[in-house]
Amino acid sequence: MAEWLVEFPALPRETLLEIRRGIDGAYREFSRSYGIAIEDFFDPLLQFMIWFEQLLLNSPWWLIIVVVAALAYGAARSLWMVVGVAVAFVLIGLFGMWEDTMSTISIILVCTVLSIIIGIPIGVMMARYDRAQSSITPVLDVMQTMPPFVYLIPVVMLLGIGRVPGVIAVVIYAIPPVIRLTNLGIRLVDKDVLEAADAFGANFRQRLFGVQIPLAMPNIMAGINQTIMMALAMVVIASMIGVKGLGQPVLKAITNQYFTMGLLNGLAIVAIAIIFDRVSQAYGARIQKHRGAGH
Amino acid sequence: MAKIEVENVYKIFGPNPQSVLPRAQAGEGKDEILAETGHTVGLHDISLSMEESKTFVVMGLSGSGKSTLIRHLNRLIEPTAGRILVDGQDVLKLNESELREFRRTKMAMVFQRFGLMPHRPVIHNVAYGLEIQGIDKKTRQEKAAEWIETVGLAGYENSYPAELSGGMQQRVGLARALCGDPEVLLMDEAFSALDPLIRSGMQDQLIELQQKLNKTIVFITHDLDEALKLGDKIAILKDGRLSQVGNPEDILLNPADDYVAAFVRDVNRARVLTVDVVMRPPSLRLTSENIDAALREMQGKKADYGYVFEGGEFRGVVTEEELTAAAKSNDSQTLYDLADDTQTVSADSVLEDALPTILESDTPVAVVDDDGQFKGVISKRQLIRVLTEHRDEEGETPPKA
Repeated sequence: MAEWLVEFPALPRETLLEIRRGIDGAYREFSRSYGIAIEDFFDPLLQFMIWFEQLLLNSPWWLIIVVVAALAYGAARSLWMVVGVAVAFVLIGLFGMWEDTMSTISIILVCTVLSIIIGIPIGVMMARYDRAQSSITPVLDVMQTMPPFVYLIPVVMLLGIGRVPGVIAVVIYAIPPVIRLTNLGIRLVDKDVLEAADAFGANFRQRLFGVQIPLAMPNIMAGINQTIMMALAMVVIASMIGVKGLGQPVLKAITNQYFTMGLLNGLAIVAIAIIFDRVSQAYGARIQKHRGAGH
Repeated sequence: MAKIEVENVYKIFGPNPQSVLPRAQAGEGKDEILAETGHTVGLHDISLSMEESKTFVVMGLSGSGKSTLIRHLNRLIEPTAGRILVDGQDVLKLNESELREFRRTKMAMVFQRFGLMPHRPVIHNVAYGLEIQGIDKKTRQEKAAEWIETVGLAGYENSYPAELSGGMQQRVGLARALCGDPEVLLMDEAFSALDPLIRSGMQDQLIELQQKLNKTIVFITHDLDEALKLGDKIAILKDGRLSQVGNPEDILLNPADDYVAAFVRDVNRARVLTVDVVMRPPSLRLTSENIDAALREMQGKKADYGYVFEGGEFRGVVTEEELTAAAKSNDSQTLYDLADDTQTVSADSVLEDALPTILESDTPVAVVDDDGQFKGVISKRQLIRVLTEHRDEEGETPPKA
C-alpha cells in the first residue's frame, strides 16, 4: 500500500519550519519596530492602573471595607449583602491575602471598565448592521474558544510581561459576553416601542440612549456580569505573565504543591466573584423592577 | 384644500418592488402577482383626500393594508409609487432631518399595542414628544401633567406603564400623542386591544376631546361600528384596494360592493343613522290660518294630515279629524292653536333615540334642527324600511351570530 494512504501526507518538516519561522520572524520584526510605540500608547493606562492599585493598597483596610459595603448597599439595597461583603473581606484580611486581593480587584475593575467601554459600542454596531454582526461573531467565537495561553504569546512578544499585557489578555478573554449580549439585547427591543420613538421623530442618538440601551439593559447587565466572572477566571492565567494579585500565589502553589495556599487564594477569588456577581445582579434587578410583564 | 392628500399610492413588498410595479399598475391581481413574482401588493392605487379637522376612518380586516396605509402618512413606510401631500407639501420629498421635524411637529401617532416606554413613568412617557423636540424639562413636565389630567389619569404621573390597565395605558398613549399639539393625530387600531366596555368609553372620550381640539384624525380600525361612530368619512379597504369612500350614511345605505354590504349587514342601523338621513319632505304644507280652507285643501289632496306653517315658521301637525271637529264646534280656534304642542324630533339624533316619539305618533313626525327650523318629516314606514332594508334584499332575516 502506498505510504500516503497509511500516514497522512503532512507537509514536509522543512516547509512547516519555514512557515513558522517566517510568521514568527515577521511578527518579531513588527514588535521590534512598533513595540515601543505601542507601549507608549498604553502608558497612560499603565500609569492609571499603578495609581489605582496604590490607592487601594494605601487606603486603610477598614475604609476599603466601609466603601465596598456602602457600594454593595447602594447597588443591592440589602443588609444581608452588606454583612456578607464585610465578612468576606475580614476573612481575606485575616488569612493574609489583603494586598493580593486589592491588586486583583484593581485589575478586575480596570478590565471590566475597558470591556464595557470597548464592548458596548461594538455590540451596538453589531445590532445596527447585520454585516457587522456576521463578521464579528466568528471573531468572538475564536476569542472564546482559543486557549488563553495561546494568545498570551503574541501579547508577551509585543509588550513583554507586566500589567498592560495582562490586562490586554484578560480583556480579550472577557469581552465577548458583553458584546454578544449588548447586540442581543438591542435586537430584542420591542419593535412597537422603537416605532413609537421613530413616529415622534427621534434621531439616532435619541433612539439609542432613550430607548434601545435602556430597554436592552437587562441583557447588557447580564453581559457585564459574565464579563466580570470571566475576567476573574482569567486572573490566574494572567499571573503567568506577571500580573500581580491572587493569581500569583495560586501559580506558586501549583508549582510547589502547597495545597492549603492554593485553596485559600482560590477561595478568595471565589469570594470576590460571588460579591461582584450578587451585587451586580441585585443592581440589575433593582433598576428593572418596573418592567413587569404587564397584563 | 384637504389637509392630507394621498395620490395613487402603491406599496409592494418584496426584494424588487419597482420591477413588479408596472404589473400592479396594469391591474393584475394580488394573488397572481404573488404567485408569479413572490411580491406582495400591500396597497393598490390608493387615492384619498382627508379634510382638516375631520375624523377620517380607514376600515378593513387584517391584511387589508390599513396599518400599512397609515404608516405612509408619516413615512414609517415608504410607498413604492405615488404622492402623499400634507398641507400641500410632498412628504416623500423631505430629507431625513426635515422628516424628523415633520414627525415632531405635524403628526403624532397612537398605537394598537400602546408602544409606551416601559422604563419611564407615565409623566415622562407623555412628555416624550416634547423631550424629543428639545423642550426644557419644566415646560414639558407642566404640559404633560395637564394632558394626564385631561385624559383622566391624574395621580398616576409617577406610575410605570406596567402598573396600569390596558385602557389606562392607551390613555397615556393618547396623552403622549396630544401633548406635542400635533396637527394630525394618527390612530392605528388604537382601541382594538381594549375590552369592549373600555373601548366604548375611550371612543366617547375621543369624540369629546375632538369637539374641543378639532384635530385632523386618521383612525384605523377593523370594527365597522367604531368606524361609524367616530368617522366623518370612512374608507373601506380590502386586499390593498379601496372598496368605498364615503360618509357613514353612504356606506350604510349604499354599499358599493358585496364586501361592504357584508360588513354593513350586522350593523345596528338604529344606533348609527340619524334622523335627517331618513326624513322626507312633508306631503302637505298648510300655510293659511283659516280652518275651512285648510280642510278643503286637505280633502282636495286626499290627505289625512298636514303640516302647519305660519309665515315660514313651523307650528305643528293637524289631522283631518281634528279639523273636522274644530270646524263643527265653531269655537274661534285658529289653525295654529290646533297645531301647537306637536311632538318633534331633532334632525341629528340617531334613529334609536327618535324611535319612541315616531312610534307613538299617529302621523309622521316633524323633524327640526337645533334652532327649531323645520327640516322634513319621518314616518313609521320610512323608519321600518330603512331599518330592515338590508334584510329584505336577502328575502329573510339572516341568523344572528
